[in-house]
Amino acid sequence: MSASTRGPELLQANAGTLKSRMGTFFPGSHVIFRGHDLHTDLKDMDWVELYVFGITNRRFTKEQLRLMHSIWTYTSYPDVRLWNNRVAALAGSSRSTGNLGIAAALAVSEASIYGRGIDMRAIDFLIRTRRQVDEGGDLSACVREELDTHRSIGGYGRPLVNGDERNQHMLALARELNLDKGSYLRLAFAVEESLSAGRLRMKMNYAGLAAALMADIGFSPREYYLFLFPAFLAGMQPCFIEAADRPEGTLYPVSCADILYEGKSKRTWLKQAAIKG
Amino acid sequence: MSKEKIHTRIWREEPEPDNPFAARAAYCRGYDVYGEMLGNARWVEMLYLLFQNEAPTAAQADLLEALALALANPGPRDASVHAAMCGGITGSTAASLLMAALAVGAGQLAGGREVFLAMQGWAECGDDLNSWRKRLCQLEAVPGSIWPALEHAPGFDPHGVSTATAVKQTLSCLASYRVGQYLSWLQQNLPDMEAAAACPLALSGVAAAAFSDLGFSPEQGEMLHLLLRLPGAAAHALEQRPIGYKNFPFGTLELEQPI
Repeated sequence: MSASTRGPELLQANAGTLKSRMGTFFPGSHVIFRGHDLHTDLKDMDWVELYVFGITNRRFTKEQLRLMHSIWTYTSYPDVRLWNNRVAALAGSSRSTGNLGIAAALAVSEASIYGRGIDMRAIDFLIRTRRQVDEGGDLSACVREELDTHRSIGGYGRPLVNGDERNQHMLALARELNLDKGSYLRLAFAVEESLSAGRLRMKMNYAGLAAALMADIGFSPREYYLFLFPAFLAGMQPCFIEAADRPEGTLYPVSCADILYEGKSKRTWLKQAAIKG
Repeated sequence: MSKEKIHTRIWREEPEPDNPFAARAAYCRGYDVYGEMLGNARWVEMLYLLFQNEAPTAAQADLLEALALALANPGPRDASVHAAMCGGITGSTAASLLMAALAVGAGQLAGGREVFLAMQGWAECGDDLNSWRKRLCQLEAVPGSIWPALEHAPGFDPHGVSTATAVKQTLSCLASYRVGQYLSWLQQNLPDMEAAAACPLALSGVAAAAFSDLGFSPEQGEMLHLLLRLPGAAAHALEQRPIGYKNFPFGTLELEQPI
């Protein structure tokens, strides 16, 4: 890619042959994945290992990969009421395709109160706060500032309940794998302690815990964000299947009376151009 | 769902006597959609009414319709249309073509997020040129955002040399409806605004001013921008299918050494 800054010259310099460090396929011959032959050098890679190698260009230990697997496993809930799962299921009920429903369900998982929106805030907060504390800042002040700015802290509190059933299991696994000694995890608990002293009493949620563990493994915010893309995926297919197996249109049927209208009363439509022009 | 209800100020339906799940009549903001609006209202009036509590004036409807025309087809060079065509040539589903166009057209370069950010500018700076000057040179990343850091002032074309003719034509046409103050102000202050942004105005910037003049929030403008650019993506994607992938640019690729 051209190094010039912007403008048509930059576009022109980038037209024509593409250059890539990531890889390519040679039809009928072989595939290069980040400098390695996919079908020989990388053929024995576990899929998650390949996935994170694709994101980071780094290799990870067996213990770290086990933790990454479990970060996805422990948050795969086949509960159709969950908003993203419901998208997949409604696609099934409406007799759309599984690919469309699940792709849309993953897309909406980039939400501001759960999923990628919170995940990014959680890891960003931990990395920023760690930097500030390392530079001599006061943790309580960092927490207060974050609350003042956002009225919440990514990774703490939860939309439906305060507390997270996933955390004890993830912490037990992290202990078993000896991945529970990192400085970001210590910081995450210190933040929870600071919050518990305040009025909000927000507990660390799974997003906070997973962000701390992955930051301790060395993931940057962007790497972590991309890693988490399929985090809820395994819970979605069961929701789609069950809805697709029901009679069509029978998931969340909504009658006219189930809509609570709170708007304008009945009024007469007049041709707007005639009355307002 | 018997106890829990969906709250809305937009839509009310009356059931058929024989079926609580079928609507005998539907009301949008109080207006009978099928009984009175159908055949009497323009599509853009309905569109405006869905997002606003009141129907548009004739001038507002005219402005929205003109804007919809300007946005309808970004053209096959546009990344969002390119994405839709990638699905079109390979026989992907209709919805996936639009999803592809939406995903690519959602961003900060000519997309929905750019319009959102530009509209935030109108909300914060209004017609205060000094406020705009400060804003347009600040491209700070929002900590913890899912969106990448800004690389150019929202509403302006980082690869432009001068204001594109189509952009000037659109600005001139839309400003002539005299709805709100921002389009006219932008037209009058264009050289100063472009100097502050260090690049020429883009169509997304005109759209942001128009949506602001129409009284839409940045969230509404972002959504409408996504929606109104889909017709061209759909048409180009369908057109490519019979033409086929062999006649669509695939490109050549050279590998560089991995870092």
